[in-house]
Amino acid sequence: MLAFNVFGATEGGLFDINATLPLMAIQVVALTYILNSLFFKPVGNVVEKREKFVSNNIIEAKNKLSEVKKLEADLMTQLQSARSEAQRIVGEAENESDKLYKEALELANNEANASKEKARLEIESQTSAARDQLSKQADDLSELIVNRLILEK
Amino acid sequence: MFFNSLLSNFAALEVGQHLYWQIGNIRLHGQVFLTSWILLGALLVFISLGTKKMENDPKGLQNLLEFLWDYIRDLARTQIGEKVYRDWMPFIGTLFLFVFVSNWGGALIPWRLIKLPSGELGAPTADINTTIALALLVSLSYFYAGLSNKGWRYFEYYVHPTPIMLPFKILEDFTKPLSLSFRLFGNILADELVVGVLVFLVPLILPIPVMFLGLFTSAIQALIFATLAAYYIGEAVEEHH
Repeated sequence: MLAFNVFGATEGGLFDINATLPLMAIQVVALTYILNSLFFKPVGNVVEKREKFVSNNIIEAKNKLSEVKKLEADLMTQLQSARSEAQRIVGEAENESDKLYKEALELANNEANASKEKARLEIESQTSAARDQLSKQADDLSELIVNRLILEK
Repeated sequence: MFFNSLLSNFAALEVGQHLYWQIGNIRLHGQVFLTSWILLGALLVFISLGTKKMENDPKGLQNLLEFLWDYIRDLARTQIGEKVYRDWMPFIGTLFLFVFVSNWGGALIPWRLIKLPSGELGAPTADINTTIALALLVSLSYFYAGLSNKGWRYFEYYVHPTPIMLPFKILEDFTKPLSLSFRLFGNILADELVVGVLVFLVPLILPIPVMFLGLFTSAIQALIFATLAAYYIGEAVEEHH
């Protein structure tokens, strides 16, 4: 008997609609405002602040990365030019030293040749002088010998 | 005889019995308010604990609440659209949380242990009043959303894409709250009844998978209700070109 009262009862039943409905609606609306101030706003603030922070950091990092890349490229070109400059300077220095070496060599050769020539001339003159002296002495000696031989006679 | 005893046993489940509160001329279903106050109180305590000390590095409860917030935001954003989802997110989230907490609270807490003079405690969403209240709030919301966003141009929606749609769209305004409220009501009540009958017939083990199924249904129903509410609002604020 009770079971048949489930749907057809004047009081109660599954589809018994009464003042519970509007009061529940009011309760849900109130809950919306309470949850908005207790939950959605504060959590939203924190989450959005963090999202902003993260995206700002990402942008900043990207900017820094591009700056680093630019600086790296700059550095590479500088390095390149410095390297070629250094090569140029080294080449120049090599040429110069080569030139200097050749000049010095030539100078030294000339000097050596000159002093050799001078020495040769000196030797020659001394030889001839010594020869002259020798022949003079030989003359003197022969004269002396001749004189002695004459005197003994 | 067996049938008779089964019927009286159904009566023992006390379907459609209510704990009436009489305030002046109006009568209320007391058990609905009692359970909803207990469950919403627990929800509010949980949320206040989680948001008490908000930090930039979330810890513990704050993590869970942020996940929940993100989940609700995604739901609202995908259904309502980037432009106005922010205004409706608290409402959609409240619907979701209210339905979810009511469904799960009704399924998880052994209310039957608390004896009432009449009726029994259970999920507030297993009462038709609650679900109709929620559904009507959704109806009001999408009307308000459409009118406040587009003014009288909102009614272009009824003749979009052709005026032939007009009767169907008008009919939809009635079927939307009807289907919303009866879907939720039917699912949760059916779950409670199935579990109640099974517990009564086979008190051991057998009801457990059905209880898990009930938890699954409860969560899905909360998601469906919130998603549909958001979808209706999104439909109302959508610009037709």
